[in-house]
Amino acid sequence: MRVDDILQFGFRSISGTPSRTWLMLLAMAIGVGSVMVLTALGEGARRYVTSEFSQLGTNLLVVLPGRSETTGGAPPIMGETPRDLTLNDAMALTRNRSIERVAPIAVGSAPVSFRQLEREVNILGSTHDLLPVRQLELSLGKFLPAGDPNRGAAVAVLGSKLKKELFRNHKALGQWIRISDRRFRVIGVLKARGQSLGTDMSDIAVIPVASAQSLFNTTSLFRILVQARSRDSIPQASKAILKTISERHDGEDDVTVITQDAMLSTFDDIFLALTMTVAGIAAISLAVAGILIMNVMLVAVSQRTSEIGLLKALGSPGRQILHLFLMEASLLSLSGAIIGVGVAFGGIWGLEQLFPEFPLSIPIWAFLAAVTVAIGTGLLFGVLPARRAAALDPVTALAGR
Amino acid sequence: MIKLEGISREFQVGDETVHALNQVDLQLTRGDYYSIMGPSGSGKSTLLNILGLLDRPNAGRYWLDDIDTTSLAEEQRAKVRRNKIGFVFQAFHLVPRLTAAENVELPMTLAGIDPHERKQRVHSALEPLGLLDRANHRPDQLSGGQRQRVAIARATIMQPTILLADEPTGNLDKASSRDVIETLELLNSKGLILLVVTHDPEIGRRAKHSIRMEDGAIIDTSGNRP
Ligand SMILES: Nc1ncnc2c1ncn2[C@@H]1O[C@H](COP(=O)(O)OP(=O)(O)OP(=O)(O)O)[C@@H](O)[C@H]1O
Ligand SMILES: [Mg+2]
Repeated sequence: MRVDDILQFGFRSISGTPSRTWLMLLAMAIGVGSVMVLTALGEGARRYVTSEFSQLGTNLLVVLPGRSETTGGAPPIMGETPRDLTLNDAMALTRNRSIERVAPIAVGSAPVSFRQLEREVNILGSTHDLLPVRQLELSLGKFLPAGDPNRGAAVAVLGSKLKKELFRNHKALGQWIRISDRRFRVIGVLKARGQSLGTDMSDIAVIPVASAQSLFNTTSLFRILVQARSRDSIPQASKAILKTISERHDGEDDVTVITQDAMLSTFDDIFLALTMTVAGIAAISLAVAGILIMNVMLVAVSQRTSEIGLLKALGSPGRQILHLFLMEASLLSLSGAIIGVGVAFGGIWGLEQLFPEFPLSIPIWAFLAAVTVAIGTGLLFGVLPARRAAALDPVTALAGR
Repeated sequence: MIKLEGISREFQVGDETVHALNQVDLQLTRGDYYSIMGPSGSGKSTLLNILGLLDRPNAGRYWLDDIDTTSLAEEQRAKVRRNKIGFVFQAFHLVPRLTAAENVELPMTLAGIDPHERKQRVHSALEPLGLLDRANHRPDQLSGGQRQRVAIARATIMQPTILLADEPTGNLDKASSRDVIETLELLNSKGLILLVVTHDPEIGRRAKHSIRMEDGAIIDTSGNRP
């Protein structure tokens, strides 16, 4: 029998029972569609987080006070508290060859006011180098001046939202604002960039780190951001940081260094696992669709018993009947898969219209896997009914017994 | 042409053995017209199924055009069935979703014959039966007689050696029965063996040879017409 004839025969028989066929296609389409949409969502979340991380800056290391428990080593002696990170610790790091820039960070929250308007916002104390390290951009004016970080000038750079709240559309540059009870001159405004890992960089004020420390009456730092010279020098920089700080802290390893890569790969792993789990759950619906195909095909075989008997009487060998029924099953699953792919792309297009900033795309492996599994289940679950058809005794089949 | 020797067929029903055919010998000559008559349960259909290679005898030998069919594997039997045997059933057995023309075409489709040739052969099969204007109708749009004649066209489209008809007029009124029998006879006149199982003595008498069966055995083979 010619392949096009087998195809056409299969097509004619599945279109002969339209409502049953549509039901089947729906089940298969839902299976394939949900696998694809869910993996696209998982993959999108992964990419979103990844891009958020890379927005933090390139070749970034974060130094936190306190030893991370996961690094192992001797248990801390009772009563020991980690030493604070200081501005001098941060300055000491700049001398290392593998380190390009260092941005100490002190944070606190304080009321910021201009004339009658007042807002309580986060105050970020840092240095000139924060701009390149965090890859921030200015929309107006200048960033914090370079120079000795121990000398705190009374200048401030405002986030875009804060600027709007305090000044509306009026000129902010050169104006004097009040943070707590101190006066600062506005020298720059940050470009709006939306959320960056939970910190709303638009609703802050950036002031020199020494000013922030005196404002909050502390000598410690919240953390130190370090930019390594290159991607390859990240491990070196990490070691150098630990060594330098340990030397300065009387041999105590009391800081934690997180590299951006480590964070990234952790999140990558988490999101990959998540995506796979979700896809796996959705794949159950594919299996359900497969069982439905089997059911439909079994019904088809029993309803078409006399037709199968006829085919045998017309000289169709069992193998050919097997092929005919397998073709029907795969036509069903293939069309279901195609509809599912269409639905998935449509759904993702819709989601993209709703959430334009969320990066959504169907990973090619998910697409291939869903379609392969769909056709595979169709064939797998089609085999049993097809074999049953092929094995029918023609005399009994024709007698309708 | 066709030769049966000592054909027996038994069915096991519970503890009992039913002898549907008992040591049947039969010889059919090319181009001849046979009718089989006999009471219900006498083994007529069983004999037809064995002749049509749909069923295997428990004992005996069956030669079809010098092929010893008893030694053939299932796959080869299907091939012989396709090329040498045509069936006409009481219940027509047309595929309901296919048109008349497609039903007639079906054996050629299964055999993998070129579509162009198929169309031509369907046309020349339907034309003498006066069914051309019904070619694109589905079975449920045809009368019983028309359905049976479509089934006859299908049974003969592969130019078989023998045409086996098991009560072909069983579901038809008198006028349609006549049409159907005349169609069968027309094809028989072109050289194929025609074997009709019937309960209708009038039809039975039309055949050149009348075979009478009882209790799984042939009790009489007589010529009707000179
Ligand atoms: N599959 C089967 N299983 C058991 N017994 C069967 C089977 N097929 C036929 N028989 C028996 O074999 C005998 C012959 O049956 P067959 O169908 O050949 O009769 P028939 O001459 O065609 O009768 P009818 O005129 O009613 O069609 C009957 O006794 C029947 O009960
Ligand atoms: Mg019978």
